[in-house]
Amino acid sequence: MTDTTNGEVLLELDGITKQFPGVLANDRVDFDVKSGEVHTLLGENGAGKSTLMKILYGLYNADEGEIRLRGNPVTISSPSDAIEQGIGMIHQHFMLVPTLTVAENVALGLPSSKRMLMDLTPVRQRIRELSDTYGLAVDPDSYIWQLAVGERQRVEILKAIYRDVSLLILDEPTSVLTPAEVDDLFETLRQMTRGGRGLVFISHKLHEVMALSDRITVLRLGRVTGRTTPAETSREDLAHMMVGRQVKLAPTRTDSTVGEARLTVRGLNVIGDRGTPAVTDLDIEVRSGEVVGIAGVSGNGQRELAEALSGLRPVASGEVIINGTDTTNRSPKEIRRLSVSYIPEERMRDGTVAEFSVAENLILTDHDLPPISRRGFLDFNQIKQVGSALVKRFTVKTPTLETPTSSLSGGNIQKLIIARELSGDPELLIAAQPTRGVDIGAAEYIHSVLMGQRAQGTAILLISEDLDEVMGLADRIAVMFEGRIMGVLDRAEATISRLGLLMAGVEEPNDSE
Amino acid sequence: MLIGAVLAAGLIGAVMLLVLGANPLTGYAALIDGAFGGTKNLANSALKAMPLLLVGAGITVAFRTGVINIGGEGQIIAGAILSTLLVLALPDVPRLILLPSAFLFGAIGGAIWGGMAGALKSYAGVNEILSTIMLNIIAVQILNLLLRGPLMDPGEIERGSRIPHTERLSGNADLPILPGGTRLHFGVIVAVVMAVVCYVLLFRTTQGLRLRASGHNPFASLYAGMSVKRNVVLAFMYSGAMCGLAGVTLVFGSEGHRLATDGGATTFTGAAGFNGIVAALFGGLHPLWTIPASFLFGALLVGANAMQREVQVPAALILGLNGLVVVFVVASLQTRVRLAQIASRLRGEEQADLSLSDEASSAEAGADTS
Repeated sequence: MTDTTNGEVLLELDGITKQFPGVLANDRVDFDVKSGEVHTLLGENGAGKSTLMKILYGLYNADEGEIRLRGNPVTISSPSDAIEQGIGMIHQHFMLVPTLTVAENVALGLPSSKRMLMDLTPVRQRIRELSDTYGLAVDPDSYIWQLAVGERQRVEILKAIYRDVSLLILDEPTSVLTPAEVDDLFETLRQMTRGGRGLVFISHKLHEVMALSDRITVLRLGRVTGRTTPAETSREDLAHMMVGRQVKLAPTRTDSTVGEARLTVRGLNVIGDRGTPAVTDLDIEVRSGEVVGIAGVSGNGQRELAEALSGLRPVASGEVIINGTDTTNRSPKEIRRLSVSYIPEERMRDGTVAEFSVAENLILTDHDLPPISRRGFLDFNQIKQVGSALVKRFTVKTPTLETPTSSLSGGNIQKLIIARELSGDPELLIAAQPTRGVDIGAAEYIHSVLMGQRAQGTAILLISEDLDEVMGLADRIAVMFEGRIMGVLDRAEATISRLGLLMAGVEEPNDSE
Repeated sequence: MLIGAVLAAGLIGAVMLLVLGANPLTGYAALIDGAFGGTKNLANSALKAMPLLLVGAGITVAFRTGVINIGGEGQIIAGAILSTLLVLALPDVPRLILLPSAFLFGAIGGAIWGGMAGALKSYAGVNEILSTIMLNIIAVQILNLLLRGPLMDPGEIERGSRIPHTERLSGNADLPILPGGTRLHFGVIVAVVMAVVCYVLLFRTTQGLRLRASGHNPFASLYAGMSVKRNVVLAFMYSGAMCGLAGVTLVFGSEGHRLATDGGATTFTGAAGFNGIVAALFGGLHPLWTIPASFLFGALLVGANAMQREVQVPAALILGLNGLVVVFVVASLQTRVRLAQIASRLRGEEQADLSLSDEASSAEAGADTS
């Protein structure tokens, strides 16, 4: 295994500069990792974290600066160079072959002891040993497709340990895990650092950063804007360093009057993409002026629920009633006409046409209604007026209305979608992962907009994997697990530990409600 | 880059000419002269371009909706048959009514033939490339059947020569020759006007927005309340209607003024249903750019014939040369797409956020959409 003493400097990135056309992605960034520590790289989308790590992993070449491993300057021009130098990376999207077993995936790309022939026996043996040492329970003979996301991640980590990396980069590793799985992961990671490895942890979840890191480096707009340790800082300070100004992490709640039911779902069953049940016997009600949160680890039927409610996916059985009208299996268009808006989870796939201009996307849902459309022709003056009004009101940062939407940042595309969806003051809003992948500033703004809509009496169904978000915004929180609602908690009684248990599928003793 | 594609094809063609013992310079001089030398040749190039433009502009509508219409040939034939049937049935209707009606019937015929492929794709999940190719074959065989049977010129039957074509169609349906002493006829104007109509449809109407949205992103279109399936059928119908119009111009603008077939797979179309696709690609899948692109491609076809006569090379070489142009044009488009992808990858990803501050680059990117 690695034979380094803790505290030795494993890696130094010295004055790394990377220029993209029009953008300085990294501006003289210094970063180092000692053995036995977790050094967090914190920053918003576009701050340059990924660029820096891609340079380290050989996917990009730096324009300036030096990479040193254990004091020796190295050139890393491809991922295989990086792997040879003992650098491993766990990507946000797992790099596993689903149709192969765990052992086969681990052995992939490594020389076999029997030359041309595959010999997995030693691989299996070693996987079992490593599983025991690091608490990574995985059966080497399971197929990847049979594994849950948490288990797949363990395989990724096993792969890295198997290759005996001394430095491991983890890119947003917790985004698919339940709170309990996050705890397990952190335990494994600490175990790894005790063995002398150095870890780079990339995250934007502030409480995780505070919990795991030994040191924290904050990047903003390509520059290092802060170096600190959890003991010396707070979540608020970190957010300040990331954004460059004071940020409110929890949205301000105002009073709102809860009125009549806007959305009633009874006994809903929905079939998922693979033909298996995705939503099972689901009941939920959302009334005007309230936010009902749906918490849960992704892939537990939230997406299918939102799609069924908005008419994009057929309902197998059960009923959906919106504003007194039965909308079960109605078309998206008919449902929209009932003053329903939907912020989709996948904003690039469902929410916008990337090649269209900002203006075209802003009128996408109203394109066939007057005043946008007159006798079958588009009224470009109206489009411009509507567009510039929305861009201003929702502070969408775009050079022009004709700019193709694909060139906006994630946060601004999300603002564009929200601008369009809220422009008609909907009576019911289905918001799926409204702030996923957007920067703190935009998330803060989106939260305040949602709270504003709530105060105006909009019924909001908020589907989110971000527990902080659900707990900050929702009046009631329903937890989804394997297509079912495990329980509904009032805002006051919802704690991370109670929600976490429900998210893991543990039923509560039946005393609440 | 397109110019480069043509040059590359020309270069390889030159090598082929040399191998065949012909002087490439003489050959290409003949080609250029045959295509552009004098009013007559220019008019011939324009006439050759006319069906390519109609087909090509129609193809852009299908492509922009995200479907590939390889069924131009079949749709041309369907339009030609339906308009011919109309004119055969009502030969004495005055020209002012008969000619527009012939165009209308041609468009309807093409729209039906195209619409079938669209409906098969939307409602039965049949790949449109397969269905349009099959529909081409069916149309050709129906045409051959009709021309050897019920539609055969009675004169041919009397003489016993049995050439598969119709009688000379009613003079009231002849496409008027434009002034200027060339063979240029009214069909050329129809083609240009209809290309502009396609542009307006795609970029100025509500329907066009829906078609383009479906083409770029069917998921988002569905989400926004559009019916992607319906849009696919409509796109095929528009595209087919344009091909049907091409069929009308080919029949009523032909020198014999009749619907004919060579008995094989190419019938009377001169492969316009396929060459039109190339013209559309050549024009960057934009209806207006397809106008000059069709003309250039038509000129190339006309000039190639002239070259063949001048340097006495086999006709197969000309076909090969045309094929080379197609390959290089398509390859250059692919290269452009790839380059754009690489460029956006370099620019995009997490840099997208920062690039916002860089107004110039974003605005520049905005200029070349649409």
